[in-house]
Parts: sequence; structure tokens; C-alpha cells
Amino acid sequence: MPKSKLTTLDEFKALLKDGMTIMVGGFMTDGTPEQLINAVVESGVKNLTLINNDGGYPERGIGKLIANGQVKKLIASHVGLNPTVAKLMNSGEMEVDLVPQGTLAERIRAKGAGLGGILTQTGLGTLVQEGKQVIESEGKKYLLEVPLAADLAIIEATYADKFGNGVNIGTTRNFNPLMALAADKVVLGTYKLHELGEVDPSIVTIYGVLVDHIVQIEEM
Amino acid sequence: MDAKQIISKRVALELKDGELVNLGIGLPTMVADYLPEGVEVILQSENGMIGMGHIASGPHNRNFTNAGGTSVTILPHGACFDSVFSFSLIRGGHVDSTVLGTLEVDQHGNIANYMIPGKMVPGMGGAMDLVTGSRKVIVVTTHTDKAGNSKILKQCSLPLTGVACCDLIVTELAVIEVTPSGLKLLEIADNTTVEEVIAKTEAPLTLADTIKTFTTN
Repeated sequence: MPKSKLTTLDEFKALLKDGMTIMVGGFMTDGTPEQLINAVVESGVKNLTLINNDGGYPERGIGKLIANGQVKKLIASHVGLNPTVAKLMNSGEMEVDLVPQGTLAERIRAKGAGLGGILTQTGLGTLVQEGKQVIESEGKKYLLEVPLAADLAIIEATYADKFGNGVNIGTTRNFNPLMALAADKVVLGTYKLHELGEVDPSIVTIYGVLVDHIVQIEEM
Repeated sequence: MDAKQIISKRVALELKDGELVNLGIGLPTMVADYLPEGVEVILQSENGMIGMGHIASGPHNRNFTNAGGTSVTILPHGACFDSVFSFSLIRGGHVDSTVLGTLEVDQHGNIANYMIPGKMVPGMGGAMDLVTGSRKVIVVTTHTDKAGNSKILKQCSLPLTGVACCDLIVTELAVIEVTPSGLKLLEIADNTTVEEVIAKTEAPLTLADTIKTFTTN
């Protein structure tokens, strides 16, 4: 067992820098570690590029970072439940890159899996195709979608051990395991921390070997 | 029944026992309430669940939600997974039917439902993957918009969600099949006429040999 990964909220804030690209787990904030988002708000870092399934809600999830003017660019699949996103997009204050949800997941996976990109038929003949290579394989056309990387991933496990082996209950899994593979540094927020050996290795969804920092958090 | 109920009840007849089905948020979700007796489908929710039950009562349970972020129940045969697996089911042809709403649909089976440039840009979410990968794509919409304009067009004007991907259109007035040679009217509601449906449809319609009717009660 290497040195302790247990990290306080203040130590977590010290990892944050202006201009970072951050992947945030969760789907409409379910599976998003809210207390870690609060810490990013408090840190005041700005010009962030965020990669998330969606835009959260105006006062919940990454929506708080957007409302606080800390986000330069958002890469997401759906932003319809946070009107602030449309407002900032239309005024030019924030750039928004809309990516089909399955393509978003695969682009994150591609980075984490060391692939040069993925081929998908999703988006063919739509605005999503603009500027992308169309590749023919076995008689069918596909879009080449390139990997998505990040400096930092902020992810959640319902519970985890002190090595970072975590379990996501229910639909909180979503993008969390994918982001753990795709970012340079991985911060895991978890609501219950267990001793080593207490998490069944057969049901782990977040692998501790990918986790750099563990923060014990509370439900917000 | 109101238009949404009429559409939901009619779409429910398209789903077959045992199918894996994705229902979009909103009107499509209502289809599950109208499945005929003896027909059970397995509902997939793209945020990472098969075997989705109903909207859950009580406070928000963040551990079991649908793609709209609302708490739902999970049935005894259900399972949860990550987003890569969820969209592997969708793109990989494992989802039998998807039912989704739209802003526009046209005679080529093009669907436009994710943005109105300069006005409304909610994003495509999982819709582009669903219309690309599902074996059958059923579009549900009111036949006309609030101003009375047809929503079934010769050519979509809004940015497309998918090209030539729609198989069937169900409205409160008609069931229309998308064929390689255009739209074919299969059924009309029991409170309308073929003439009214043709008048309210911008795209040209060919008529099935026998036009059936479906109930509005």
C-alpha cells in the first residue's frame, strides 16, 4: 500500500489552477460529488474547460461553476435544464461544444484506453459532422471522433476503501469510471470510507489504481 | 383523451412483448402506461439502467434516476451500468425500439429535435445515438404546431438530429410509415378523415390499400 491518498478539502483546492480542463462525473448531478464542486467554487479558479454529461442545474452541480463565471468552455451533451448555459452561450461569455452523449462517453474512453479515436455513425449528415473526417470501413461511413483528455477528473463513488477502490450504487455510475481513466489526476469523492479489504473486489466500479486523491465528502 | 394520451395509447401497440425499449423524456414516457395486457417491455434509460420502473414518489433518490434526472424505481430484472455500456446497447443495435418527440420530421425520415438556432439550444443528449442505433425509431408529435402548421414536412428546416432515421410517425390524427419512396398513411384516428389528415400534412402522403382507424377513447 503506497502513501495515503486521503486528502482534505483544502488540499484538494490547492490542486486547482486557472485554465485547467476538468472532467466532472455525474448525470444531471446524480453521481456528481457536490461538496467537491463547492470547493472549486470557493477556490475561485477561472477559465476552466469542463467536460460533463450536461450543464447541471443553475444552482446545482457544475451549474454553480457556470453561474460563478469560472467556466470558459463547456463540453457536454445536453444543457437544456440549465438556462444559464444558453444565456452565457448566446452572449459569447462561454463557449459550448455539444457532443452526442454516446460519442462523449466513447471519446473519454478512447483517451483512457490509449486509442487514437473512435468511428461512429452517430452525427453523420448533421452539424456534428462539420470539420470531421469521414472514414469508410467495410462499406459503411463513419465519423472519426478524437479522444478527450483532462488535467483533472472529479468523480464520485458511493463508498470506497482507502486505496480508492469504489462502488457506485445504481445510476450514479454513468461517466465516473470512464473519467477515472482519462485524466492526468483523479480526485475521488466518497460518502463512506472503508478500511482496506472491506470493499468486495468483485463489485468495484472505480479502480483505486487510477485514483490519486480521496476526499471523504457529505451528501449536500 | 387528449392528444398526448391518444398518441401514447396508439404507440403502445407498436411495442412487442419482451422488447428492449428507450422512451424519451416527456410524452414518450407516457407510452409505458398504455401497454396492452400481456405485453411487457424492458425499458432502457440512457443514463445507465435497464428494467426501469415508474417515476418514484417521495424525496429525490439520486441513486436511481432517469435520463431527465428524476427519481425512478428499478424492477427486479433491472441492472445498472456506465455510459459506455449504455450507448453500446444503443448504437450496437440491441435496443429494439426508441420513441422520441420532435420539432420537425420530414418525408425522408429526417428528424430535427435538438435545437432552434439562436433561440433554444438544449443539445442532443442521447438522441443522435438513439436514432442512429435503434432498430426501430418511432417519432411522436402533435400533427400540427400551436399555430396550426404541419410538423410533418417536405424537408426539415432545423439542424438535423438524424438523417433518414425515422421508421414510423404517430400523431393524434395518423400513423404514417416512412418508406424509401416517401410517407405512407397507414391509419387515421376515429375522429378524423383521410382528407383532413392530407390537408394538415405538408409532406405528400401515399395511401395504404386499406386505411385502418385507431381509437381516441
